[in-house]
Amino acid sequence: MSTSIAPSPAAVPTVISTKAGTGKVTLAHVVNAEWIKFRTLRSTYYTLLAVVVADIGIGIASCYGAVDRIQHPRHEGPGRFLQDFSPAEWSLQGYNLAQLALGVLGVLIVTGEYSTGMIRASLSAVPRRLPMLWAKAAVFGVVAAVLSCVCVLTSFFVGQSILSTVHVQTTISAPGVSRVVFGTALYLTVVGLLSVALGTMIRNAAGGIATLLGVLFIVPLLVEGLPTTWHDHIAPYLPSAAGSAVMTLKQDPTLLSPGTGLLVLAVYLVVAYLGAAVVLKRRDA
Amino acid sequence: MIEAVGLTKRYGPKTAVQDLSFSVRPGIVTGFLGPNGAGKSTTMRMLLGLDTPSSGHAVVNGRRYAEHAAPLREVGAMLEARAIHTGRSAYNHLLALAATHAIPRARVEEVIDLVGLREVARRRAGGFSLGMGQRLGIASALLGDPATVILDEPVNGLDPEGILWIRNLLKSLASEGRTVLVSSHLMSEMALTAEHLIVIGRGKLIADTSVADFTRSASQGGVLVRTPDSVRLGELLGALPEVTVRSDDSDVQLLTVEGAPSERIGRLAAEHGLVLFELTPQQASLEEAFMELTKDSVEYEAVVTPSELVKEPAA
Repeated sequence: MSTSIAPSPAAVPTVISTKAGTGKVTLAHVVNAEWIKFRTLRSTYYTLLAVVVADIGIGIASCYGAVDRIQHPRHEGPGRFLQDFSPAEWSLQGYNLAQLALGVLGVLIVTGEYSTGMIRASLSAVPRRLPMLWAKAAVFGVVAAVLSCVCVLTSFFVGQSILSTVHVQTTISAPGVSRVVFGTALYLTVVGLLSVALGTMIRNAAGGIATLLGVLFIVPLLVEGLPTTWHDHIAPYLPSAAGSAVMTLKQDPTLLSPGTGLLVLAVYLVVAYLGAAVVLKRRDA
Repeated sequence: MIEAVGLTKRYGPKTAVQDLSFSVRPGIVTGFLGPNGAGKSTTMRMLLGLDTPSSGHAVVNGRRYAEHAAPLREVGAMLEARAIHTGRSAYNHLLALAATHAIPRARVEEVIDLVGLREVARRRAGGFSLGMGQRLGIASALLGDPATVILDEPVNGLDPEGILWIRNLLKSLASEGRTVLVSSHLMSEMALTAEHLIVIGRGKLIADTSVADFTRSASQGGVLVRTPDSVRLGELLGALPEVTVRSDDSDVQLLTVEGAPSERIGRLAAEHGLVLFELTPQQASLEEAFMELTKDSVEYEAVVTPSELVKEPAA
């Protein structure tokens, strides 16, 4: 194989080039490089597709489920089911699985570089290292935000039109609804960004994904088991609960207010990226 | 120009590189030689700031690598053949690296042609053979048209044609005035390519010498002479100052002469009308000289002889 592609060894290659340009490493250049890396892997598209399918698919399916339960009540009366029914949140339930797919992609865009050795090429090109982290976060953050908005809005509008067949739909202009819709998209983006930082700190796909699962799903269960006084002080501040505060329509006494929830998510982001920056800068690649 | 000053790297209790100082000049190919595990790759990684030295520092073209505004234009490196995401095509890999320095697409195309990867450039790098991976690594190294080129074991996995290509490439890079540092564990390869040698073993500097001096110090085998007049020639040579002659008990025609070059022995024989059947300068092979030099510093030495293995296969 390599024989057939080899240039003639007799010809001494001329290497001096006039085509290499004179550009320097700038954050804008590194963002462009990370965008090229992001869009030139097939796995990116598969995972993004998984996010879309999970979010919109589950949203639509659960709306049909709600219609069915309202039309054909079994043990419970239709009134019972409708008592706590919030059509906006109901149509957005897909975020639960979508956050996982988006988180996996966030972990992978960093750990994939470590597992393949690509990181050594990346850090040779950007030896100051931190611009690479900021560029990865910027590229992934924008993609995650745009995709989340598309998914969440689609889930919402398709879901409401399904729910309208039994007249329980709501509208985006109803009080608090747009906050819930865009809050869900925001939460998805934050989970994605947190997983980029997690991947940078842990460097290993399995470890990064396991930690992500732990933080989002296992830790809340463990906290449930704590004594009530502890639990009440810890539980609302977990990332998933802070997210719920932003994504919940009715004020829930066990949750923070939407504003405080947003603030807590921001603190998580800052802490995670500080940790990621220190690890990336300090540890040998 | 590369300058390493007291480079040391410790991993826990193990010292991979110890107080290593050397400089690599532009315009020639410098071979970086040592047995496996001697610390060659670790040293190269420290030159590029991928590993932080435990002490000491390295400077490339007057600055630490990370302090350059456009590092790929200063130093092009191929550290391991596979510093490539397996899911990305060679073209996109180079395009992403080029983007960090706003290196135009035209240069990406140029290096692809230079290393002969045109036909496979759009394929996923995961399916590349070892040799194709090496070529892609070299393309990445040359992307920024750098003044200094660092290549870790570039001939690994290449076929004879590819090895010849690398030799020519390295020489032409050096002839353009670039600094070229190439690591290898094969002395014979370096003898053909390099002008200067930096030899390390167990992380320490063993030799910093020109290939010519190294070869000279290695060729102490004298001259082998076969002649039917061995006694007469032996007397004539033995009479010369600083020449020693050894005869061979098992072959009366054979002499080993030290201290006189083969030309002089041939002329002497001709002056006296003596017949020569054979006149062979003996050179200890470079490989032998290298092994002699590094034998105390080989990291993983086979301590069990093959016969012992046969007797005790469980061991």
